[in-house]
Amino acid sequence: MDMNLKLKIWRQTNNKSEGHFEMYDVVANEHMSFLEMLDVLNEDLVNQRKQPVAFEHDCREGICGTCSLTINGQPHGPNAGTTACQLHMRFFKDGETITIEPFRAGAFPVVKDLVVDRSALDRVVQAGGFISVNAGQAQDGNAIPIEKERASQSFESAACIGCGACVAACPNGSAMLFTSAKVRHLGLLPQGEVEEEQRVQNMVAQMDKEGFGMCSNIGACEAECPKEIQLYNIAYMNRAYFKAVFSGEE
Amino acid sequence: MNLDSKIPAGPLAEKWTKYKSTMPIVAPNNKRKLEVIVVGSGLAGASAASSLGELGYAVKCYTFHDSPRRAHSIAAQGGINAAKNYANDGDSIYRLFYDTIKGGDYRSREANVHRLAECSVNIIDQCVAQGVPFAREYGGLLENRSFGGVQVSRTFYARGQTGQQLLIGAYQSLSRQISLGTVTMYNRHEMLDLVIVDGKARGIIVRNLLTGKIERHAAHAVVLATGGYGNVFYLSTNAMMCNATAAWKSVKRGALLANPCFTQIHPTCIPVSGEYQSKLTLMSESLRNDGRVWVPKKKEDAEAIQQGKLKGVDIKEEDRDYYLERRYPAFGNLVPRDVASRAAKVECDKGHGVNPTGLAVFLDFSAAINRYGHMEANKRGNHNPTNEEVIALGEHVVSAKYGNLFEMYEKITGDNPYKHPMKIYPAVHYTMGGLWVDYNLETNVPGLFATGECNFSDHGANRLGASALMQGLADGYFVLPYTIGTFLANDISTPKINPDLPEFLEAEKRVKDNINHLLSVQGEHSVESFHRRLGKIMWNHCGMARNEAGLKEGIEKIRALREEYKKNVFVPGTNDEYNPELEKAIRVADFMELGEVMMLDALNRSESCGGHFREESASPEGEAMRNDAEFTYVAAWNWNEGKPEMFKEPLVFENVELKTRSYK
Amino acid sequence: MNWFIKFLSSSIGRKLIMSLTGLFLILFLTVHLIGNLQLFKDDGGQAFNVYAHFMTSNPLIKFIAYGNYFFILLHAFMGIYIASYNRKAKGQQPAVTNPNVRITWASKNMPILGGLILAFLLMHMGDFWLKMKLGNVNMVSYAGIEGEVKNLYERVAISFKELWVVIVYLVGLVALAFHLNHGFQSAFQTLGINHRKYTPLIKKLGLLYSLIVPIGFALMPIYYYFFR
Repeated sequence: MDMNLKLKIWRQTNNKSEGHFEMYDVVANEHMSFLEMLDVLNEDLVNQRKQPVAFEHDCREGICGTCSLTINGQPHGPNAGTTACQLHMRFFKDGETITIEPFRAGAFPVVKDLVVDRSALDRVVQAGGFISVNAGQAQDGNAIPIEKERASQSFESAACIGCGACVAACPNGSAMLFTSAKVRHLGLLPQGEVEEEQRVQNMVAQMDKEGFGMCSNIGACEAECPKEIQLYNIAYMNRAYFKAVFSGEE
Repeated sequence: MNLDSKIPAGPLAEKWTKYKSTMPIVAPNNKRKLEVIVVGSGLAGASAASSLGELGYAVKCYTFHDSPRRAHSIAAQGGINAAKNYANDGDSIYRLFYDTIKGGDYRSREANVHRLAECSVNIIDQCVAQGVPFAREYGGLLENRSFGGVQVSRTFYARGQTGQQLLIGAYQSLSRQISLGTVTMYNRHEMLDLVIVDGKARGIIVRNLLTGKIERHAAHAVVLATGGYGNVFYLSTNAMMCNATAAWKSVKRGALLANPCFTQIHPTCIPVSGEYQSKLTLMSESLRNDGRVWVPKKKEDAEAIQQGKLKGVDIKEEDRDYYLERRYPAFGNLVPRDVASRAAKVECDKGHGVNPTGLAVFLDFSAAINRYGHMEANKRGNHNPTNEEVIALGEHVVSAKYGNLFEMYEKITGDNPYKHPMKIYPAVHYTMGGLWVDYNLETNVPGLFATGECNFSDHGANRLGASALMQGLADGYFVLPYTIGTFLANDISTPKINPDLPEFLEAEKRVKDNINHLLSVQGEHSVESFHRRLGKIMWNHCGMARNEAGLKEGIEKIRALREEYKKNVFVPGTNDEYNPELEKAIRVADFMELGEVMMLDALNRSESCGGHFREESASPEGEAMRNDAEFTYVAAWNWNEGKPEMFKEPLVFENVELKTRSYK
Repeated sequence: MNWFIKFLSSSIGRKLIMSLTGLFLILFLTVHLIGNLQLFKDDGGQAFNVYAHFMTSNPLIKFIAYGNYFFILLHAFMGIYIASYNRKAKGQQPAVTNPNVRITWASKNMPILGGLILAFLLMHMGDFWLKMKLGNVNMVSYAGIEGEVKNLYERVAISFKELWVVIVYLVGLVALAFHLNHGFQSAFQTLGINHRKYTPLIKKLGLLYSLIVPIGFALMPIYYYFFR
């Protein structure tokens, strides 16, 4: 079924210019994905020789974490546990007005239109989100048994796709959920436990340095995370941080 | 041109070990002075860049994404093979080697594949040490499952997100090297040309995608880890930004493209729903363990389904044609990907397809739900369960096994696959062809290396499931870091390469001219519309089944399309800004040239093998027929200014006997 | 001690300050409520005045009281700092408010609720504590108790006969209820106490606490306004 939609889209030339909303009409189909609906709009705009709306996307399977749209106030749109690329138009009503903005956070400057710069998240990982092991140094994969449940919990945190929806959802612009998911993913594994004290302190320091806000346990991050990463990750990180600060060497 | 594969002498199982300990290496103090460019940050690129950084080289790594973690390796679902024999089911390095050679329909190099099998065991160890949360048994040890085309359990996995977890492992290693300063990361930089100085690859030209600035970057060697070219078909399971530009520009500078016609069409993807469709979504191969593939026996029934008058569940059991089980009783629904894909096409071509476009077949779980339901009821001591009880219990079991895939299917199609059979259709998934490389992973251009899907080396004419991740990581962690030394050892006294050399300036000008041309056409049609048309030509003439007349026609069409593109494409905006349309315009132009070479290769290879099916080379029952006498070679192509030339590297099999693959 | 200062100025360190001071204030509120329950005693205010005298003269309690004032100020100023820092960290606000029902109104509006509570507190302190300190309170003596004590009870009774005072109290206490409902469980989460088994219990306790305490306090002005 075809549907007529009004789109209120944020347009901004680059990070130095002021942005504003513009209205567009688009005829979509209920079977389209949200991004395919934007493709249709862009094709229309190009055919009218206008600048298409810049938005980031890549795998369109909900795993690469590239898409970064705030749809009607919600990062990745209304469906829980779903990225914007997996959101389909049948969840919208014919005649509806949809507001589309970039991910909003001070640490994510707008690059153009709906595209933001999320490299701050990379730098948080670079500060310590890894296990220091060179290629070729590893012992046999089965040398250390890991409890099934523990491995599974670690996986749940590792499922983070680094999209930044948690930061965008957070009214404080905090990256605690992102950072804590990495801390917990690695910290729960015996291989990663070894350098946890260093890791958590360095990652938190970098997170603060990037200008992310401070968590006030609102839980918007958890509510909007397309991979349903939970708040107990943050509690885990806090514990690890206290332990590192109070029991570790100066 | 003589293509020297540089395969070391000696018995197959000892070649790599011996070669590794005798090849030239670079001393640590010299490594610091040598710069290496790695293009791409997927499994192959990130693992190569981090390993080279760990060794002490000065590495520069490039990705067109905003972060190295976005590469499409992340979307791999099923798993990664390794000859660990943890399952104690008789697996061995030789068996993995043999399965891969056979699965590739005997069109890959024995020595390369054996090395891949050897490295597979180290990969698992390395990934565990990096913190990849693989699935585990209750005893805490690593769990395995089985995959298509093999008889042992050797696939390691992390739920349905193995690629993601492995890529994050590699990304973390890369991040560590970035923090240590051994790797400089260039995000949002796309390689647009290769620079060759005195016959050696010495640098690249990149476009800063944020500012549009064209930059010259120099190094002692260049590694391409830029993935496959499946997006030449427009619709594929590849990510939207996957492209062939870096590899193709290298071909235009003299590198050879090997076996470009070898593309893998994956049988279980969600079918195209309309003209607006931008990409296709894969449903994991594991579904064929329990799903039964069928179409209606009667054409009237199929037509009624196409028109929406009937549903799959309305068709009586005796009116269903389980064509894979009928045609291949020995393997049934678990035949390899290429066979399953072709069979689906045959049924749809006969008019038995089951969606409005007529291009879909059913993948039905009702039998599995029933079977598991009865088993589960028995387990609970209920020997006379009602039908509803059976279905409820059965759905529960199926959900535990495939829940996330069923959910994804429902998200996309809006259909409940527990109640209605899934609709699936084959889609382009992987390209076995790629840059020609020797045993060192070096192309015919000295100093230019290619790893991962970007090269052609290990999968022959068909790739087995769970092997792509294995190859990308083997190349990056365990092969390239050694073999690159064979080239760099001769360069230890070469000073830093100067990016202001005339060769760099010339390449930079070429890139700028190309961009200016694309922007100046100001024609009538969008880049997207050209890409879509290209995809249709490729799919219709060089898709699942190919024939001489069709290929020749396709070549003409693609040439005409290319000419039209030059005159009538419209690219909005300017170069000096973030301009995704311009990025796409450059990529599509390259796809149009590459597509022609694919067709030429498909035309030349008049045998059927693996993913390449020539209708002229089929048995009376429609099965693929290889022609070993004529085609046991690698076909390596150069562009030659629009008049592509082919060179042959004969494939020598000393250890395995070439047999016909039969799944009957 | 450099490490400690560094810790306290980190985001998690600041959160810890909020959490610990918050928990202390939760404890204080409990004690405050229990003590003030004596306002409901029908003894002309004797029990309450004696209790108030004890609370203002015992050196240990006095010490704790000053600690309490300090924590209130620390909690408030750190809260103001964090709120203004977070405003900057968020940058441009989305044009549409997130309609997700899982995001509670209170959790998003802690700074506003906190501000309301602070304003209420100033008025509350001005009404009782300041007047008491400045000696604007009559003295009263009871049998069995040495000397005179301040008749704070009388002060309360006078204040709570004013409608506007009652309304301000009720508004302040509603704000407190919402603030506590989020703050109670939030304090535990910040301390790292989040467990699938226990967190639901903590949340229920928090809800209960955030109802009982403000309702208990609210009953006092209502009782005095209508029934005394």
